[in-house]
Amino acid sequence: MQEILQYFFSGITNGAIYAVIAIGFSMLYNSTDLINFAHGEFVMLGALTMVTFSGPFHLPLLPAFIATVCCISIAGLLFERLAIRTVRFPEPIVLIIITVGASIFLRGIGMLAWGKDAYSIPPFSTHPPLDIAGAKLLAQSLWILLIVLLMVACLHFFFKKTLTGKAMEACAIDKRAAWIVGIPSKLMVMLAFGLSTGLGALSGVIISPITMCSYDMGTMLGLKGFCAAMLGGLGSLWGSLIGGFLLGILEALGVGFVSSGLKDATAFFLLLFILYARPGGIISALNVKRF
Amino acid sequence: MRVQILYSFFILMVALAGHFISNAYYLQVLTFIGINTLLALGLNMLMGYAGQISLGHAAFYGIGAYATAILTVHFSWSPWLALPVAIAAAVMVAYIVGVPTLKLSGYYLGMGTLGFGMIINIIFREWSSVTGGASGFVGIPALSLGPVSFSSRQNYLYLVWGCVLLCIVLCRRIIDSRVGRALRAIHDGEKAAAAVGVDTQKLKLQVFVLSAGMSALAGFLYAHLVCFISPETFSFIMSIRMVTMVVIGGMASIWGSLLGASLLTLLPEWLHAFSEFEMVVYGLILMIVMIFLPKGLTRGILDIVERSRRSL
Amino acid sequence: MMRTKKIRLLFTALTLLIAATFLIPSSVLSETEKPSYKIGGLFSITGPTSFLGDPEKKSMELAVEQINKAGGINGHMLEAVIYDDEGDPSKAVNAASKLIESDKVIAIVGPSLTPTTLAVMPMVQKAQIPFISCAAGNKIVQPVDPWVFKTAQSDILAVAAIYAHLKSQNFKKIGLLTVANAFGESGKEQLVNQAAPFGLTVVKAETFGDKDTDMTAQITKIRQDNPDAIVCWGTNPGPAVVAKNIQQLGITIPLYQSHGVASPKFIELAGTAAEGIILPTGKILVTSLLPDTDPQKKVLMDYTAAYDAMFKTPVSGFGGYSYDAIQILAKALNGSDGDKEKIRQGIENLKGHVGISGIFNFSPTEHNGLGSDAFVMVKIKNGKWELIE
Repeated sequence: MQEILQYFFSGITNGAIYAVIAIGFSMLYNSTDLINFAHGEFVMLGALTMVTFSGPFHLPLLPAFIATVCCISIAGLLFERLAIRTVRFPEPIVLIIITVGASIFLRGIGMLAWGKDAYSIPPFSTHPPLDIAGAKLLAQSLWILLIVLLMVACLHFFFKKTLTGKAMEACAIDKRAAWIVGIPSKLMVMLAFGLSTGLGALSGVIISPITMCSYDMGTMLGLKGFCAAMLGGLGSLWGSLIGGFLLGILEALGVGFVSSGLKDATAFFLLLFILYARPGGIISALNVKRF
Repeated sequence: MRVQILYSFFILMVALAGHFISNAYYLQVLTFIGINTLLALGLNMLMGYAGQISLGHAAFYGIGAYATAILTVHFSWSPWLALPVAIAAAVMVAYIVGVPTLKLSGYYLGMGTLGFGMIINIIFREWSSVTGGASGFVGIPALSLGPVSFSSRQNYLYLVWGCVLLCIVLCRRIIDSRVGRALRAIHDGEKAAAAVGVDTQKLKLQVFVLSAGMSALAGFLYAHLVCFISPETFSFIMSIRMVTMVVIGGMASIWGSLLGASLLTLLPEWLHAFSEFEMVVYGLILMIVMIFLPKGLTRGILDIVERSRRSL
Repeated sequence: MMRTKKIRLLFTALTLLIAATFLIPSSVLSETEKPSYKIGGLFSITGPTSFLGDPEKKSMELAVEQINKAGGINGHMLEAVIYDDEGDPSKAVNAASKLIESDKVIAIVGPSLTPTTLAVMPMVQKAQIPFISCAAGNKIVQPVDPWVFKTAQSDILAVAAIYAHLKSQNFKKIGLLTVANAFGESGKEQLVNQAAPFGLTVVKAETFGDKDTDMTAQITKIRQDNPDAIVCWGTNPGPAVVAKNIQQLGITIPLYQSHGVASPKFIELAGTAAEGIILPTGKILVTSLLPDTDPQKKVLMDYTAAYDAMFKTPVSGFGGYSYDAIQILAKALNGSDGDKEKIRQGIENLKGHVGISGIFNFSPTEHNGLGSDAFVMVKIKNGKWELIE
């Protein structure tokens, strides 16, 4: 029993990490209809920028945190302005390849700026791990959990209740129609990029006390986050949350009851079945366009 | 007639390359271009003509390579006997996976194929008693046919490019046939195609299977060229690289596949000079090509040529 | 007609593309009187295993510079041609081919990894070029190939060192946690094979992915079988996460790590969780702790000082592989006049070479040349290494 609970906690920890990245994917899709394959790299940039701010710059936790998120948001805005908006025929597949190119580019930048070594960030609080019936949960996992829930709630509020949020969603549904009713769609797309890369940086900062960070951490995290977002249903924030946790818990149970070598395979196998049963993800929010 | 001229030109180019280049490194790079062209060509049939994305095609590449490696090393088969089995294995897997997966669309299809590719890659890594595991599979024999040994880079070049030519001919014939027209109908609108009587599900599956077979052929050629395979070669990164080749070269263009494969094979070789900056430059080039030539190199170059001619 | 023209244009473009590769100049010849000896280097300088390739590249440059400063070898200068394979076997094959065919090197040092080494081996055998790998895998030198040598300590020795220590503690049951890549797989194979001779039983063997974020599930599973010790086999940052997770779960079972994490970085990453961890390492990590009678001490100190001076970064435990390779090559080159067969024989007959990774004694049946003295066991105490006898 204690073991099963511990597997579950392990799944929660990983799941929260996947979920927080998935939310970045989903949020961007929600407002621009685009998947940013460089999202994992923005997570990496966030984590490493945090290392610089809290290390050599000696900023305390909160200012360093805010500075990091701001910096990466600006990088996201620049990315949108320079690489995404300049495309003449913005077909999804073209934009995907651009983001793939951007991910390689950013990984290269990360390597040049921070070197090839891994770094660790101290956890937000030094509480001992939480003990529930003999199973342990790290304080940092709770931090991640808390921030993820807060993030989703805020985004939910933003998209459903504020004018800007509604305008952003309108752009994703039909850019032209949104333009006709007076929504500055270009601005909205730019804002969405800034927001989503900022979220990426935030995820990087909160997860790296657990995962460590290095210039090549983004690929795998981006991949898992993408899977979680797809699983939950692209564009649905709550879906991303569910998808992330489901993926994390499936992996942990795969380790516990199948084999640790096959844990990813087990998780992906079940994911495929879920996709076959519900071809739009668990919560299918928007109609997914074809290529 | 035109087509014949084109093919003769193609054969001439390959023959000239094989005849005049004696440096085995250049021959090897050209051979890799050929193998990558096969991969891009297969995927282009699926992406460019049928409009279905696959982010897991490296799995079929790997199945071809591992099938021939297992058969020739563990069972001492002749490679030429292993070739049809390797292709058949990939085709069978593609069929089984394709039936449920191709019902998905858009990003979900991408996700489905990605998951499949990951699973196959994990099998390559974990089934170490058969596949050699993460350290790789050693001792794959070089090819030979009677008195002709393909361990010479020249002969291998001819072999690979011969296969490329065959596949190009095959693809062209499919595209120009009734099936090709039906495929393009699916690309433009699946429901509309279904409405005019195209069996979309069956056609998509057929193209998927065809492209899997071509990838397996490429895998076979890779395995016997390098004589060593390991799971990383067939990872998710390779699948993405294949998609990039297709899009950079130009979707729905056979010669585009050739161009895309050439560029993505040659680029890392050129970029050696940049050492630490290689990744940055590579990423930038990908982005710039896509920003300025979003229809791929083939269309892009043609457009530029046409525009300059008009302005003359 | 229009269409053919277009396509012909395309072909011209393609031809130009290809032609451009041929025009990239290979490195410029230096202007010494005697032609320089070209030595190829092939490391994973970037990519996920750059922590190996990067110091290896630097150490090779260092070794070559030192030799050239001392007047070269019989008047011939050394010239290093170094390529990056990014840890990708296909790229390694292309780069090796370029080294052999275009750069016409007389020997190759590297690659950094077992799969990339195995991938280029058929080519090296065909070209008959002396080849000194920097990878750990035992498959490289067993069976022995006349042209293939390696300087990195084999997993066999590392496992033997760990197991000897486990035996001295009267441990019987061990749990394994290895990374799911070539390094972990090769380690696991040795860990399982050598357990019985040391009177150990492997009660559970689990793996983790090299980019995994949390390993508590695997550790929980291992804990169920109550092992006396846990052996973790991987490279940063995975094992640091393992150490943290073990601390987090409140497990007091002793943790052993592999030489793959033998760097100050590990202590930095794992923080307090690193306390009490025992691992085998090459002597480079504990140079200052070695007794003055140790034959390697002087070599190690010189290397560390030179590396610090040249690159201004702390020395890594892995760069020594390529440094040793170049030194060994230099000895074999002496009097060989660049003849590959003579170089090969020179390496094969080299005895008692005091290097960074240990004392090398090559023979026609032993192409790694290191003995069990290549490893020392260390324990992490108060964030510092401590030698264990």
